[in-house]
Amino acid sequence: MTALVLLEFDAAGIKQPSRSAVAAAEKLGEVHALVAGSGIEAAAQAAAKLPGVAKVLTADVPPLDHLLAEPAAALLVGLAPNYDHLLAATTAVGKNIMPRVAALLDVQPISDIAEVVDTDTFVRPIYAGNGMATVKSSDPKKVITVRAASFDPVATEGGSAAVEPVNVPDLPEMSRFISAELSKSERPELTAARVVISGGRGMQSGENFNLLEPIADKLGAAVGASRAAVDAGFVPNDYQVGQTGKIVAPELYIAVGISGAIQHLAGMKDSKVIVAINKDEEAPIFQVADYGLVADLFKALPELKEELERS
Amino acid sequence: MKILVPVKRVVDYNVKVRVKADGTGIETAGVKMSMNPFDEIGVEEAVRLKEKGAATEIVAVSMGVPQCAETIRTALAMGADRGILVETDAELQPLAVAKLLKAIAEKEQPKLIILGKQAIDDDMNATGQMLAALLGWPQGTFASKITIEGDGITVTREVDGGLETVALTLPAIITTDLRLNEPRYASLPNIMKARKKPIDNLKPADLGVDPKPRLTTVKVAEPPKRKAGVKVGSVAELVEKLKTEAKVI
Ligand SMILES: Cc1cc2nc3c(=O)[nH]c(=O)nc-3n(C[C@H](O)[C@H](O)[C@H](O)COP(=O)(O)OP(=O)(O)OC[C@H]3O[C@@H](n4cnc5c(N)ncnc54)[C@H](O)[C@@H]3O)c2cc1C
Ligand SMILES: Nc1ncnc2c1ncn2[C@@H]1O[C@H](COP(=O)(O)O)[C@@H](O)[C@H]1O
Repeated sequence: MTALVLLEFDAAGIKQPSRSAVAAAEKLGEVHALVAGSGIEAAAQAAAKLPGVAKVLTADVPPLDHLLAEPAAALLVGLAPNYDHLLAATTAVGKNIMPRVAALLDVQPISDIAEVVDTDTFVRPIYAGNGMATVKSSDPKKVITVRAASFDPVATEGGSAAVEPVNVPDLPEMSRFISAELSKSERPELTAARVVISGGRGMQSGENFNLLEPIADKLGAAVGASRAAVDAGFVPNDYQVGQTGKIVAPELYIAVGISGAIQHLAGMKDSKVIVAINKDEEAPIFQVADYGLVADLFKALPELKEELERS
Repeated sequence: MKILVPVKRVVDYNVKVRVKADGTGIETAGVKMSMNPFDEIGVEEAVRLKEKGAATEIVAVSMGVPQCAETIRTALAMGADRGILVETDAELQPLAVAKLLKAIAEKEQPKLIILGKQAIDDDMNATGQMLAALLGWPQGTFASKITIEGDGITVTREVDGGLETVALTLPAIITTDLRLNEPRYASLPNIMKARKKPIDNLKPADLGVDPKPRLTTVKVAEPPKRKAGVKVGSVAELVEKLKTEAKVI
């Protein structure tokens, strides 16, 4: 069996969620990786170094820049005859493209798998992770998105795959990229960070998120948020952790002024260690927290900063 | 311009669901059901487009058990004009829903179909993209802002790094994200008016679609439970424990 993984990359290399998708694909058979866009040589080289990748396919044409769903799906459908499994990470890009691929192949996609049982059976969360469903696909090909937090990513070095350009089919032109407004941050990406510190409605304003900054600096943490904090405009949308935001599973997750709604827990309850700081001792977040501090965050955060600086 | 809005009947988002003891699924008996929250956002957006004069008719579609008619009524009370119920007791997976919606779209000829990005029960996040593929239409998923101009639509999308704006030609598919709008509550007079709005009743066979699921659920298990933690008395104690006990800092 051979699996094809659609990779996402930036100037720093292959993104961590995609490396987790490669790890999932390794459980299915031989792994090939696909790099698409224009000016992708460096990315293709980075892909070739991923351990476990046997071959890298490149599609080096401008219409594939930004991986818009319509052309990217057409490319994958063209390659599909050679593969039993087509995978991508459960990211905005993967979620946008893979179901489109599946429909064109007349198969039911298997979204956000957390475990590979065998080549046609997978475990995936349903109802905000309140159930883990084992599903078996009867389709001849499986189109899959991979919950990155559930698979340890493959390393960035160690492999030496061959790189092979593919014949790019006619690509549909019914959508056009206009612009991107990306949050700039020196911090690690939320889904890749070893430590995440998130603020909720209790933070009261975007300005108060500055209280999290020195702590994040000290811990090398990414900053996240609850939906309420995003909806209130405290922080941009890409900070949202949860069922319908980002799924994270860091070594340490610190929830500050977050009540712990099921939709939020769905995005962080697989973290190794959870800390909650909340002034309401009844807040549901304490039911999942390894360490709970009942305190006013406006007092606790400056103290935490000092305590970390001291040590 | 006609807009089609698929609305799914799901377990209300406030319900803490439980896995059935026999592991065959989620306990839904006697549980409060509501319209999928992302679909409320879809209906709201369609109604706003109609109020602005950009849309002429809004058709709400729901598929599943007969009670999905209630979900359609909710959409009608929010401002949709008529409904289509595709009634079946069979389990419907996104591929089947997309095929049924395609058949309806071919009959109704809408210019825009607004779906939710994700149903909060199956968490598939697939149907809109699949429908776009089957119709050969462009897709603007995870939308936080849409602007219709002539024969095109500009969509601002919530992506992992922030926001992305794309331009699509109509007809097109949109899937809603949380920040697209804040759905209204239906007023009592509008709830009364909605009772008189028509709902067509169809079966999958009327649309020539075999809705057979492609995924079989082998079992549903409880997620691993976290063991209860401890409360710490001070920030100093917290830092101490993170260092020496949890060893994460
Ligand atoms: C379809 C749908 C999808 C959703 N998806 C997500 C999602 O992906 N992610 C997500 O997070 N939510 C999501 N939600 C929203 C979720 O249901 C909750 O509304 C949200 O998580 C609440 O955010 P919060 O905990 O910040 O706010 P609140 O529930 O208002 O909690 C604020 C907390 O801050 C505490 N607090 C206040 N002041 C202080 C202080 N000075 N010091 C210490 N503590 C203080 C309070 O005690 C309270 O516990 C979704 C909802 C729906 C319907
Ligand atoms: N049975 C259904 N009836 C009506 N709309 C549906 C149904 N299933 C899915 N949808 C639509 O597809 C969206 C995404 O669902 P899903 O792909 O299952 O996450 C929902 O928000 C609805 O707009």
